[in-house]
Amino acid sequence: MSLSKEKSPQVLKQPASYKLPLIIVNLICGFIMLFPLLYAVSIAFMPSSELFNMDLNLLPHNPTLENFNAALSKMPLGRFILNSFMVSLAITGGQIISCSLAAFAFSFLDFQGKDVLFMLIMATMMIPGEATIISNYLTVSAWQWLESYKVLIVPYLTSAMGIFLFRQFYQSFPRSLYEAARMDGCSNLRFIITILLPLTKPAIGAMAVYTFINAWNMFMWPLLVTSSENMRTVQIGISMLDSVDSKSLTMMIAGVVLIILPSLSIFILGQKQLIKGMFSGAVKG
Amino acid sequence: MTTISLDHVKKQYPNGFTAIHDLSLDIQDQEFLVLVGPSGCGKTTLLRMIAGLEKISSGSLKMDGRVMNDVEAKDRDLAMVFQNYALYPHLTVFDNMAFSLKMRRVKKDIIKDKVEEAAEILGLADYLQRKPGELSGGQRQRVAMGRAIVRQPKAFLMDEPLSNLDAKLRVEMREEISRLYQRLKTTFIYVTHDQIEAMTLGTRVVVMDQGVIRQSGPPQELYEKPANLFVASFIGNHEMNFLRPDAASTGTLPLESSQILGIRPEHLLLEKIDQAMGSGCDPLVVGNGNDPQAVGPPLASEESTQAVGSSNHSLTMGTPLASEESTEAIDSANYPQTVGSALVSEESTQVVGIHPLMIGKIQFQEMLGDDDLIFVESGAQKLSVLTPHRTDLKPGDLVQISCFTAHIHYFDAQSGDALAK
Repeated sequence: MSLSKEKSPQVLKQPASYKLPLIIVNLICGFIMLFPLLYAVSIAFMPSSELFNMDLNLLPHNPTLENFNAALSKMPLGRFILNSFMVSLAITGGQIISCSLAAFAFSFLDFQGKDVLFMLIMATMMIPGEATIISNYLTVSAWQWLESYKVLIVPYLTSAMGIFLFRQFYQSFPRSLYEAARMDGCSNLRFIITILLPLTKPAIGAMAVYTFINAWNMFMWPLLVTSSENMRTVQIGISMLDSVDSKSLTMMIAGVVLIILPSLSIFILGQKQLIKGMFSGAVKG
Repeated sequence: MTTISLDHVKKQYPNGFTAIHDLSLDIQDQEFLVLVGPSGCGKTTLLRMIAGLEKISSGSLKMDGRVMNDVEAKDRDLAMVFQNYALYPHLTVFDNMAFSLKMRRVKKDIIKDKVEEAAEILGLADYLQRKPGELSGGQRQRVAMGRAIVRQPKAFLMDEPLSNLDAKLRVEMREEISRLYQRLKTTFIYVTHDQIEAMTLGTRVVVMDQGVIRQSGPPQELYEKPANLFVASFIGNHEMNFLRPDAASTGTLPLESSQILGIRPEHLLLEKIDQAMGSGCDPLVVGNGNDPQAVGPPLASEESTQAVGSSNHSLTMGTPLASEESTEAIDSANYPQTVGSALVSEESTQVVGIHPLMIGKIQFQEMLGDDDLIFVESGAQKLSVLTPHRTDLKPGDLVQISCFTAHIHYFDAQSGDALAK
């Protein structure tokens, strides 16, 4: 009895002593990885004069919001952020609906040519976007869709990656639940809405974060199909801050920090779902 | 009134594998039909075909005379209990049970009444607001059954519903299903690989193997008159012993070369042989008659224990199923103390109805509580014998094994079909 009493604190202490070095190593690694981002935030608050001198200024001596003001006044960044937000949101919603429906069909329904069709969809992932961008441009311009939200949204309403991700989730979904629902008199659509979607929230969360960030970071396509400031998205807006005439690094970085914030907050909100989603299906639980 | 009939039904998968071969079966109204067989025999496939979860490759499935081959599962009005319960984990017990009624747009107050009634029957009234994750295995199983019974379907389909439960719970749930059947008096189709479940629950048992029906009939008939070697070996708590003509002597039993003899472990009689005398093939003296272990099985009637006891020998036998006549036979014939094959005459065997089968050595014993399963080997022949637990036997002991004629089954060595006795 006394032996176990003596031993138990040691057992408890041991992991803590192991953990401390691990935590320190983690912090160092984290700092190295986050350094560019943290330095960017620091520069955003720095007057230009502090950045361009011979001292190593990691932190601003005289923090200022001037760079943010300059960035916001030079470009309608608010409008760009709104555009990006609307487009990203619509794409995210569209992909969740279309990809979950397609993945449902590939996972639960039996139809002729299912495997071939799935392979075909997967094969599209091997074609780089740049290879199709011109033909897509010609198509949408022929439809006179340029300079509109739909041209930014519609081509991205579904994705092979999304279908794949959802399908992987549904593969580990107990098939007997689908069969039980069918026996209970449930239609396919009703099953998706009342059973499948509520039970695959992690997949939806992961998919939503992944899609939103991808849509937010879109550059080539919006650059090609929009030209007016009203329709521009944030990534193009940032590149517009970099003009030949007036190059202000601190202002550009302030702009970058501003547009990172929405995607960063989405990531922080959904990171648990994203990690859960990325790894589920990889290992059979 | 629901009759289900399968007419030359076949199930072939796209890869060419045939799970069900040309199967015909009529299921009567209010019948408790159990489909039993080893893994991969096609019993679950057959159930799923009836449920509408599996397409029928050829043949027809009729319910009340109407062909149902292409009718959707949801329109067949059948309820199914799945092996892994298949409860909706995000819904409460109430919502799980109410789900099918909601899908059929039944009024809310009627749903409430029906769910509460079912919950009452199954003892789930206190758990209606819980989620399945908060319930024990047995409770989940009850919810799964509750979900089926609220609908009052034409028939209940159960796919190994007890296989995920522990042994104790399985017995309890078996009783519950039995009570439910008595109460609901609806058609039940029950799939299991456990022959105890099949024998205790079914009004009719269908034994399947490799996609075909091997035998169909009431449980007792399957036990007493197995139609072939497969059914004989599959049905019964302990696998039947088979004696092949080439394996060993079968004592005084006439066994043709084209026959296989089958006898259940519980129908074999075993007696210890004195080592010194037995080895010399001298008359075999049977052990101490006062041995309390020797007075027959716990289920034997008082008369039979008296009869055996008074005959003053240590014959032990699995007589729960021994007929009255046979016990009387022992009594009237004053069963001799020496029953070695060398000593048993044709006459006496005819009178007593007992045939010595072989003398062998005990290889090992399995203690089953009240009973022992004793494995005896003689040359190439191995037999298992079920006897009431006795302490006087140990591996290496020489024993004499005999049996009653009435308990012997004969099978054709070629086809495996049962032969007339």
